[in-house]
Amino acid sequence: MSTLVIADHNKGELAGSTLSVIAAAKAIGGDIDVLVAGKDIGGVAEQAAKADGVNKVLAADNDAYGHDLAENLSLLIAEIGKGYSHLMASAGSVGKDTMPRVAAMLDVAQVSDIMGVQSEDTFVRPIYAGNAIATVQSSDSVKVITVRTTSFDPVAAEGGSASVESVDSAHDAGLSEFVSEELAESDRPDLAAADVVISGGRGMQNGDNFKMLESVADVLGAAIGASRAAVDAGFVPNDMQVGQTGKIVAPNLYIAVGISGAIQHLAGMGDSKFIVAINKDEDAPIFQVADYGLVADLFDAVPQLEEELKKVV
Amino acid sequence: MKVLVAVKRVIDYNVKVRVKPDNTGVDLSNVKMAMNPFCEIAVEEAVRLKEKGVATEIVAVTIGPKVSQEQLRTALALGADRAIQVETDEDVQSLDAAKMLKAVVDKEEPNLVIMGKQSIDTDNNQTGQMLAQLAGMPQGTFASEVEVEGEKVKVTREIDGGLMTVSLNLPAVVTTDLRLNEPRYASLPNIMKAKKKPLETVSPADLGVDVAPRLKTLKVEEPQPRQPGIKVESVEELVDKLKNEAKVI
Ligand SMILES: Cc1cc2nc3c(=O)[nH]c(=O)nc-3n(C[C@H](O)[C@H](O)[C@H](O)COP(=O)(O)OP(=O)(O)OC[C@H]3O[C@@H](n4cnc5c(N)ncnc54)[C@H](O)[C@@H]3O)c2cc1C
Ligand SMILES: Nc1ncnc2c1ncn2[C@@H]1O[C@H](COP(=O)(O)O)[C@@H](O)[C@H]1O
Repeated sequence: MSTLVIADHNKGELAGSTLSVIAAAKAIGGDIDVLVAGKDIGGVAEQAAKADGVNKVLAADNDAYGHDLAENLSLLIAEIGKGYSHLMASAGSVGKDTMPRVAAMLDVAQVSDIMGVQSEDTFVRPIYAGNAIATVQSSDSVKVITVRTTSFDPVAAEGGSASVESVDSAHDAGLSEFVSEELAESDRPDLAAADVVISGGRGMQNGDNFKMLESVADVLGAAIGASRAAVDAGFVPNDMQVGQTGKIVAPNLYIAVGISGAIQHLAGMGDSKFIVAINKDEDAPIFQVADYGLVADLFDAVPQLEEELKKVV
Repeated sequence: MKVLVAVKRVIDYNVKVRVKPDNTGVDLSNVKMAMNPFCEIAVEEAVRLKEKGVATEIVAVTIGPKVSQEQLRTALALGADRAIQVETDEDVQSLDAAKMLKAVVDKEEPNLVIMGKQSIDTDNNQTGQMLAQLAGMPQGTFASEVEVEGEKVKVTREIDGGLMTVSLNLPAVVTTDLRLNEPRYASLPNIMKAKKKPLETVSPADLGVDVAPRLKTLKVEEPQPRQPGIKVESVEELVDKLKNEAKVI
């Protein structure tokens, strides 16, 4: 038994999500190798080699993998993945895009978004927006898996000393081309990995008012999220959406401001350790999951919150 | 050009699901069913392409039990020209769905396939990518903008860090994200007209696909309930509790 973990990385850094996927691979057992694919990823491969529990890092440095195009990456993973019993990636946008192609190529099912490992072939995953939890068993010879990273505590980033081998394989399927990208620039912690998240919903009324949340986030070192309604209305960009069909977060503290608490939103933040809700409607469903609920107008409460936090943090 | 749209019948997104007491699944008896919301967005996008004169024919396809014809009729009422039902009472997993859709693609030879990014029941987010692979097509997943330009389609995708635009050779598979469009409602006259549009039924065997589930569901449970929380009276009290009780700040 052995697992190939597909690393996430951006701007030359290994993403923390990879450490959680390695943790999930450890729960399965067997040797763990990590594949780092991309352009100029030597540094990422070195970082992956230091992660706890890694046996070997395979580095595929090639233009063809420079923009994470699934058509190309999936060919690489299927080739390098030969001989492994498990192929695992995070359930981030690259893993979701690429792994089903790999599964189809190998003629096996994919187990999406696992939140638990029961044995080498049995996994726990949420269905129906997390309103039900399924335990599924795979009968395929190779298990293709994406991992809900918030459900697995990351392995240590340092301490390992795996070897790095370069992989000399360039798959360009010739089907797709990168045109451009528009990435959000932010000095804040990564939403999916932050200890504290403060999110705004339709109640924020416009994008400008999110500045109030930014001020609170500055005090707490928090990441900022949003409901679908706030993204659809154009208050904030799409990468801030938390929920069933957005990002999954599980911080120590989640503060929902002007968010009603639809099941699709709860699906993305319901595993947070502490949940605070600020809403002027005392019957808003968000209060059913909030550890601390404050019935108040957010335009009064949020500036006050900033002041009070400054006194104690 | 011809556009194929895959639509799936799922529980209505407003319904609060209940896990069956015997833990074999969720209770779907007497609950409202509907077209998967992402598939509605897929149909809407196809209809808009037709309205722009880019698409000439829209074929809607579903795989499921007889009653899923309701969702095909909805697609026809929204503007699809004809529909294909692959009728089966089996639990169709994503890989099987993709294989059947591949067989339909081989027969229909569409220039573009539009699907949802995710079913809101299984939350799989797989079928479009699997179909693309099986059919040897490129894919534009999680699309928030689709523009057909000659022999290519330009797709803007919602990714973790923001947006990414790719150019794909046609034929291609596109999977929809929430911001692609806002689906219209079917008008009464169009619902009436849809009843007369052609709807063909085939079986998985006709398509040469053997429905063989690879994943076995051992049990389905309720999620862990959260401890009930409290209401605080003021911001001061909130901050005090966060600091001294929860100890998270
Ligand atoms: C297929 C599908 C996928 C979806 N995926 C997601 C997802 O991933 N994430 C997600 O979030 N949603 C998702 N949704 C949408 C979800 O169903 C809800 O529509 C959405 O979460 C509502 O956002 P909201 O709470 O901001 O808005 P609303 O429900 O409109 O709530 C606004 C809240 O703000 C409060 N408020 C207003 N003004 C003030 C004020 N001055 N002070 C205090 N409170 C105030 C109101 O009392 C209300 O409770 C999805 C829906 C579908 C169909
Ligand atoms: N049984 C089915 N019939 C038709 N389309 C399907 C079926 N299952 C999945 N799809 C399509 O694939 C998309 C993604 O589904 P999934 O991979 O199951 O999350 C859906 O939005 C549909 O467009």
